[in-house]
Amino acid sequence: MAHEKIQTENMFLHYGSKLALNDISIQIPEKKVTAFIGPSGCGKSTFLRSLNRMNDLIDGVKIEGKILIDGINIYDNNIDVVTLRKKVGMVFQKSNPFAKSIYENVAYGPRINGVKDKKQLDEIIETALQNAAIWTEVKDRLGDSAMGLSGGQQQRLCIARTLAVNPEIVLMDEPASALDPLSTSKIEELIVQLKEKYTIVIVTHNMQQAARISDLTAFFYLGELIEFDKTKKIFTNPEKKQTEDYITGRFG
Amino acid sequence: MIKSFKKNIKGILIEGMTLSAALLIIAIVVVMITVIVIGGKEQISWEFLTSFPEDGMTKGGIFPAIYGTALLVIIMSVAAVPFGTITAIYLTEYAKENSIIAKTIRFAVRTLAVIPSIIYGLFGLGFFIKFVGTSVDNTFLGGQLKWGQPNILWASLTMALLTLPVVIVSVEEALKTVPRDLRAASLALGATKWQTIWKVVIPGSISGIMTGTILAVSRGAGEVAPILFTGVAYYVATLPASLSDQFMVLGYHIYVMTTQSANVDKTMPIQFGTTLVLLALTFILNISAIILRYRIRKKKTD
Amino acid sequence: MTNKTQKGKRSKSSDSGLIDITQKKFRWSDYLAEKIIRGTAFLSIAIIVLIFFFVFRESLPIFSTAKSSAKTEASAENQATQETYGEVTDTPKAQDVQETYGEVVDISATADSTSEAYTVSAGSGFDDNQTALKSILTKDWVPVSQKPRYGILSLIIGTFKVTIISMLFAAPLAIMAALYTASFAGKRLKEIIKPTIELLAGFPSVVIGFFALMVLASFLQEVFHYDTRLNSFVGGIAMGIAAIPIIFTITEDALTAVPKTFSEASLALGASKWQTAFFVILPAATPGIFAAVLLGVGRVFGETMIALMATGNAAQMGLNPFESVRTLAATIGAEMAEVVFGDTHYNVLFLIGSLLFIFTFILNAIAEFYVKGKLMKRIQGK
Repeated sequence: MAHEKIQTENMFLHYGSKLALNDISIQIPEKKVTAFIGPSGCGKSTFLRSLNRMNDLIDGVKIEGKILIDGINIYDNNIDVVTLRKKVGMVFQKSNPFAKSIYENVAYGPRINGVKDKKQLDEIIETALQNAAIWTEVKDRLGDSAMGLSGGQQQRLCIARTLAVNPEIVLMDEPASALDPLSTSKIEELIVQLKEKYTIVIVTHNMQQAARISDLTAFFYLGELIEFDKTKKIFTNPEKKQTEDYITGRFG
Repeated sequence: MIKSFKKNIKGILIEGMTLSAALLIIAIVVVMITVIVIGGKEQISWEFLTSFPEDGMTKGGIFPAIYGTALLVIIMSVAAVPFGTITAIYLTEYAKENSIIAKTIRFAVRTLAVIPSIIYGLFGLGFFIKFVGTSVDNTFLGGQLKWGQPNILWASLTMALLTLPVVIVSVEEALKTVPRDLRAASLALGATKWQTIWKVVIPGSISGIMTGTILAVSRGAGEVAPILFTGVAYYVATLPASLSDQFMVLGYHIYVMTTQSANVDKTMPIQFGTTLVLLALTFILNISAIILRYRIRKKKTD
Repeated sequence: MTNKTQKGKRSKSSDSGLIDITQKKFRWSDYLAEKIIRGTAFLSIAIIVLIFFFVFRESLPIFSTAKSSAKTEASAENQATQETYGEVTDTPKAQDVQETYGEVVDISATADSTSEAYTVSAGSGFDDNQTALKSILTKDWVPVSQKPRYGILSLIIGTFKVTIISMLFAAPLAIMAALYTASFAGKRLKEIIKPTIELLAGFPSVVIGFFALMVLASFLQEVFHYDTRLNSFVGGIAMGIAAIPIIFTITEDALTAVPKTFSEASLALGASKWQTAFFVILPAATPGIFAAVLLGVGRVFGETMIALMATGNAAQMGLNPFESVRTLAATIGAEMAEVVFGDTHYNVLFLIGSLLFIFTFILNAIAEFYVKGKLMKRIQGK
């Protein structure tokens, strides 16, 4: 297995008095697609949000144990959360473009990073949009409002927006759950392409999707990491009975 | 049969009673508007709006009062809108929803909203004029009386305090309509909290800030009690040229003309005309605020 | 991504080419923004404290028996004038004249030297404050006189009279209208009623006062045939008009906050629309309606301009609603602009202000905490 990009050791997450994640230890390799699957409420999204500390925004969340990225515990005191989030980008379940133009949406990240030069900005934006496989669709109307795009286009724009910051890891929280099949397949294709440059962690409800696009799959159930292995293995020959039950649709 | 008929009668009675209550309120509003429009429309002319009062205010126009009102609400807005907006930002973006601090501030804001306006006047007199103004005079002007007396600055600041809750409530409502997702998106891109607020949250609630400003202006333009002894004047022959000048205001002009004037009947047309101008002004402001607010609320439900 | 585009960010990356997250950065803009925002937010609390402090502070001298010697000197100088003007100003009966507006002021104006006349009243000597304090709980409000008396009882009674009248008028009207809007009204009617109420809320009180003075007073006199044109009845109705939007809005909020399941359960049991509205929704929302009325009371209690313009402004004790009255707020409004700063009269006016402030503060606190807690209990069963 390649270099471990993300690694957690005995990580627990409490939400108020409720234990939401119980003793999670996992090693996620670099430049691969890792999928988290499991029934709703199993903690997979919560875990994903811990990886770029988006859970900080929620009151009453307490985390114990270690989450290491490139060997550094991101919950250490000396960590700069803002820089962390540049390193670990995130795409959300519901596409959430800003009410600005397409151009300004993608330019948002570079701008807050201090990129002012118009030419440089143009270049970053073109590359990001190309990488997100939406360039040909929007290149003639970069000044139009992003709100006028279709749901699938909006989601790819959000991916482009994330890529423009040039992260190393991209977290995706059910990025295609609200999209039609055609848009979904476009996003899936895109994810497979993106792993050349980025480490991708994706939460999905859709098991076929996990099987299609991921290299590794982790199965979460009731806040615990039940099984984590190569996707092929998980879907053909899981070790645990719970995993098998879920995969074969006996619950979930 | 009979029982259900009785029931029905009761139902009709109750619905009818409540309906007539609603209609009566509408009727009151309509009557007030009609009376003032009819009484005042003859008086309204370009000259009335742009000339000074003449002959002991029994003739002439109301320009100084219009000018004073405008100046008052401008200075007031400059003070109240930033402060109100910032407080609203604190409440929605920084304070934890159920923290004691947030609750205390909310309680304070609601209390400010119900304190009688005359109390603001007393405060303006006791604080701005007697405390701040007199201190300034003593420290910088060697005791020469300049700021330690009623003027447009103190009146405007007093009015700003009065309208602060209006701004806070409107802006807070608008800030809440900015989806949490957008804040999360911005933060996930590596923006700081302040960058997120400045570039995403505030632009998304501009219309709310505008609504708050308009409502505050409308309130400030109509209130008289807070400025009765903090800066408004019965009559001044010149327009206020500096912040330490006294000024005239539409609302006070109405009050003066109807109650203090030597010949109330003779100035009747001017009174109606002035009232119509003030009413029209607050109406235009209020209606635009109402429209803006309905739009924001619609956006929220979309 | 091309190397070119990454150039701009290379500086932020460590030698390994990976983004280094271990350097905690100090961001001035964020730090300052948070401090400023936090500081500003506390302003609203500070203002309340300051208001109370300064309003109360200006009324304090009345509680101390010794006054500054400067005052006494000033009064000594004016002993002569005191005798001259004393009689003119000491005419409480004059206040019974109808349609007078803070005529305490007018009278002294006719005395042709306002400030002097007031200094006189201020300087009645060493025990001035004591007598003033003693006179507070009497019924005579004669602030401008040789022997000024500051009995605020008649003002308090006047204020309550007007408040009660206005609530008797506005509360049922606004609550019924709110009930109609929340339970019966169709969409179109709702869209007329609610903006109209919002519009009414935007009416400057001086405009309502003007309407009351010019139109309502004559109209009501014609209907009820009483003697004094401006009285607590006219003032009460006019202030009621001003209070309707507050009562309506809060009541309507309380009514619509009653969970749908309540009314659905009632309707499912075969109750009709009005029974549901009357026996289910209305009782469930009572605490909210109570709060609405409390805030309406607060609005009327402190209303100044309408009181000045429509109540007749004569300090009288009687319970007859068709007599002129003078309210606390109107007294401040009419007299404050004319008094001498630091004078006993000035202090008493601030004392009245403190009373108004405390009263509305308590009303609001009750509405806020007690009522809200009850409402929550009822609706959520907590």
